[in-house]
Amino acid sequence: MSTKQAENTVMKQYRCPDCGYIYAESAGAEHEGYRAGTLWKELPEDFPCPDCFITEKPDFVLLE
Amino acid sequence: MPGSDNSHSPAFKTSAWISSKRYWYWLSVLLPTIPLISAALAIRTGTGSWLWFTVFFMYAILPAADYIFGIDEANPDDELIEKLKDDRYYVHIMYVVTVMHWVSLVGMAYVVSHYEWSWFSILGAALSAGIINGVGLVVGHEMGHKVRDKSQVACAKIVMACSGYGHFSIEHNKGHHRHVATPEDPASSRLGESIYKFSKREMPGAFRRAWSLETERLQRLGKSEWSLDNEIIQPALLTISAYVLMLALFGPVMIPFLLIAAGFGWWQLTCANYVEHYGLLRLKRENGRYERCAPQHSWNSNHKVSNLLLLQLQRHSDHHAHPTSPYQVLRDYADVPGLPSGYPWMFFVAMFPWAWFSLMDPKVVAWAEADMNRVNLDPDLRDELFSRYHNPQTV
Repeated sequence: MSTKQAENTVMKQYRCPDCGYIYAESAGAEHEGYRAGTLWKELPEDFPCPDCFITEKPDFVLLE
Repeated sequence: MPGSDNSHSPAFKTSAWISSKRYWYWLSVLLPTIPLISAALAIRTGTGSWLWFTVFFMYAILPAADYIFGIDEANPDDELIEKLKDDRYYVHIMYVVTVMHWVSLVGMAYVVSHYEWSWFSILGAALSAGIINGVGLVVGHEMGHKVRDKSQVACAKIVMACSGYGHFSIEHNKGHHRHVATPEDPASSRLGESIYKFSKREMPGAFRRAWSLETERLQRLGKSEWSLDNEIIQPALLTISAYVLMLALFGPVMIPFLLIAAGFGWWQLTCANYVEHYGLLRLKRENGRYERCAPQHSWNSNHKVSNLLLLQLQRHSDHHAHPTSPYQVLRDYADVPGLPSGYPWMFFVAMFPWAWFSLMDPKVVAWAEADMNRVNLDPDLRDELFSRYHNPQTV
């Protein structure tokens, strides 16, 4: 397995509990200025859901 | 139970009505033709006062229709919501509406400039166009929320460019929805605050917030705020191009006409912001964050006629609880604060502060169970409002 693939497998996903938007670390939120590969821990605490904008980072749920 | 949905009508009748609303939403396409039809009557009869007709329609005919036809009790159930929510038909109506708004604005500009009218008739035409510009912002609002759908977002910019209010999507989605019903939100009105005082806080506050949010986004992307990627500049360029073109083609009368039409369109939006959350407050939790926006943090209006014309925007409690839900699935809630009429009449009342305060202040006090610590109130009037209303029944 290449390093890149190894990284992809550990990339996590977080779901907005309100609107269902999923933040995938591998995809980022490009329009909002968070490039693909931006890890969850790199996002600011007040990061709002890029879809409904009413929930914030602490509200998101980690998808196992 | 607060926030429980109101589905007590017989299921059969309900679903037939909800299905028929599919066709009634075409009223949004007809609405922008009202100034044009009245302009045709003005030309044919030589009576310039017809150019005022849309103003009369908004503040007299619509309130009467809301009164006569009453409220819309029907709520789609979960099964119907699943069926309706991704139906592109409802989006396509809004694309046609977008075109109609530009046809209406340019049509009125043509009428104003190509015939002889008194200044009073021109004022009526400009205010009529302004009301339609305001309705255009409602359509733009609906599409502007669908941030994952590029064509709806583009259409939102186009329709909001009619009145040069393209910053609204950013301000509204990222600013207002997040901070709604808190003292920090310039777009949530406070108990005791007249609409005139509110507008001085809301209009500049909303623009500043939009600009700073967009600047932050562009900085994260490594771009200047003065770039064509700025989503405030994009619709503004469309407005400037269209207005300059109309000025060149139709002459200097476009200066007062377009300015009044745009300004009165903004005013409609200010009225909407004013009535939607007046006095309502989300409480701060121990961790310093505000409680989540719930249906009881918006004034709801379930009047049938105005809801059909305004894409159910007045089902505002559900809209704030679920901002990405499309208009056709918005639901009414029982036990949420309710406006006594639809927006057209409420906007009219709001322009007379004494009438507004006497109608709405007791409702806010009742909502907060006379606990003024639970009310979003004008800090300049804090002591006065506390001495007049503060009388909580529980400790």
